[in-house]
Amino acid sequence: MNGNKDAAGGTRAKYSPASGIARLIGAFSAGARRYRIEWWILVAGIAIVLFIAIMTAFPGFFTHYDPNDQNAGPQLTAPTLAHPFGTDNLQRDVAARVVYGAQTILGVAFAAALLSAIVGIPLGLISGFAGNWLDKLLSLVMDSVYSFPGLILAISFAAMLGPGVVNITLAVSVVYIPTYFRLVRGQTLQIKQELYVEAAGAIGARRSTILAKYVFPNVIATVVVVFSLNIADAIMTEAALSYIGLGLPAGVPDWGMDLSMGKKFLPSGVWWMITYPGLMIMILALGFTMLGEGLSEILNPRLQEY
Amino acid sequence: MRRILRYVAGRLLLTIPMIFVLVSLIFVILRIMPGDPVSVMLGEHALPEYLAQKKHELGLDKPIAAQYLDYLGQLAKGDLGKSMNTEERVGPVILEKLPATLELTFFGLAVCLAIGIPLGVRAARRRRSGQDFGIRLYANVVYCIPVFWMGLMLQLIFSLWFGVFPIAGRTGSRVIVSDFDVTGLYVIDTLMHGDLEALGDVLWHLALPAITLGVTLSGIFVRLTRANMLDALKADYVLASRARGIAEGKVVYGHALKNALIPIVTMLGLQFSALLAGAILTETTFSWPGMGRLLLERIYNRDYPVIQGVIIIYALIVSVVSLIVDLLYAIIDPRVKL
Repeated sequence: MNGNKDAAGGTRAKYSPASGIARLIGAFSAGARRYRIEWWILVAGIAIVLFIAIMTAFPGFFTHYDPNDQNAGPQLTAPTLAHPFGTDNLQRDVAARVVYGAQTILGVAFAAALLSAIVGIPLGLISGFAGNWLDKLLSLVMDSVYSFPGLILAISFAAMLGPGVVNITLAVSVVYIPTYFRLVRGQTLQIKQELYVEAAGAIGARRSTILAKYVFPNVIATVVVVFSLNIADAIMTEAALSYIGLGLPAGVPDWGMDLSMGKKFLPSGVWWMITYPGLMIMILALGFTMLGEGLSEILNPRLQEY
Repeated sequence: MRRILRYVAGRLLLTIPMIFVLVSLIFVILRIMPGDPVSVMLGEHALPEYLAQKKHELGLDKPIAAQYLDYLGQLAKGDLGKSMNTEERVGPVILEKLPATLELTFFGLAVCLAIGIPLGVRAARRRRSGQDFGIRLYANVVYCIPVFWMGLMLQLIFSLWFGVFPIAGRTGSRVIVSDFDVTGLYVIDTLMHGDLEALGDVLWHLALPAITLGVTLSGIFVRLTRANMLDALKADYVLASRARGIAEGKVVYGHALKNALIPIVTMLGLQFSALLAGAILTETTFSWPGMGRLLLERIYNRDYPVIQGVIIIYALIVSVVSLIVDLLYAIIDPRVKL
């Protein structure tokens, strides 16, 4: 077994997660000089995500109203100093709902993306590595789901599960399982051909060892980028579900639900109920997209030439 | 010609497994969903005997496996069944809503390509300039705008504040649809009927929804066009054409873009499902009487056959589009033989 370690040591040192992080930090410090725009995109992405993460952790710092306080001010008032984003039809403070709504959407999107990754990555690894009838079956199911409008599936799942924070997370995560599956399966097919995988097999490493120690670490770098972009997408799917009226119980402050509420008062010129929650969805999604884009341009050297 | 027909037939056969997977998935989801069409129709307090009788009439008292086999048998005959709410046949119910969705999707796509491709080409030609940065920023921002919020904001600005476009619907109240309704695609119908006033009204109603859908999706196409144009512009044939003194516009649009189009067309096939999903949300925002609203309405009523039918039609649209994309390859790229 000693020989095994030596034979693969070279490749492993090159690709291990720890050295990946070191490379990232190195890239970050050298970033300002070398990458210009890409670096700023990454920094802006991190700043946005951090800001909203702080907002979810310390909402009391940003607003002193309760999001469900139906006596926060007069009904449907345009933004004033006391209510910077105005009040809604139930006399609640829109700013408070925006601040507390961040918890819901960020939590759901993050958990959903994580869940999809946890289900999709192992399935992709096994499917790509095994390459037998199981691979064919899984690929058929995943490709069918992938080519179909994901929102329709999420709608069906959300309707089936009924309202609830956990349920909406499940409904959103179903949409993105094929994304991870296809990505990881494709990568696994490539890596399977590599000499170091063949060498490990020749020395007698078990298939599970090969998967865990040789294939998986090589797949994970691309997954990081996709994960960040995926959260951005999940944010918009979550908002879409709650906008349609599926997914969340009353009492949970949520941007999508507030938008559908605001839609009813739009014809009477109430602009503040739709403007702020929507703007927040966009900014949050933008943060994760920029984070992912910045990471991908720095982690993927081929793109540097652009 | 015969080869192409054989290819088309083969490809259409390949969609059957995909539709089978989706139908099975949805069938199972719907049956384990709490609530059923009968309780929704008759209310919570209906007599149990009456509920049971109604369920028996609709075949809902059979085991799920038997219901599933019945449904598949029906489908094999090309029959989508009857609505459990209204007892109408599902086929015509969907066909009535399909044109509205197709019209919205088509014009949305047109807006999307009309914005995405020229901007992407522009950004690639002015790489790393202020314009390039601006266009890329546009692409990223637009990609992150939820399509329904875009719709709401456009309604607010253009319908309420400026009053330029109608806030919702497919036609105005002064236009009588039955005068020209033949295919259900109002743009074509009004043209065939020669009713220009009605055509104007239809396009005027179509503008905001199509812009909503097109703009939000244009970001992806800007990025894609830019990336592929960068590759194409670096190719030797571009250098050679420039050296021969061919006009720059012709080099960029005639030679480089034509080569860059192939991956863009592939993406078009993949993004079409995003377009359909966006259309559902746009339909909700603009009260557009399409399949998306039908689906949502019937999901609340647990109308199984209609929901399954709508999903099959969506899957068919996706398959047909991906077939068209493959056929387009053969036209764009002479190296591809079907």
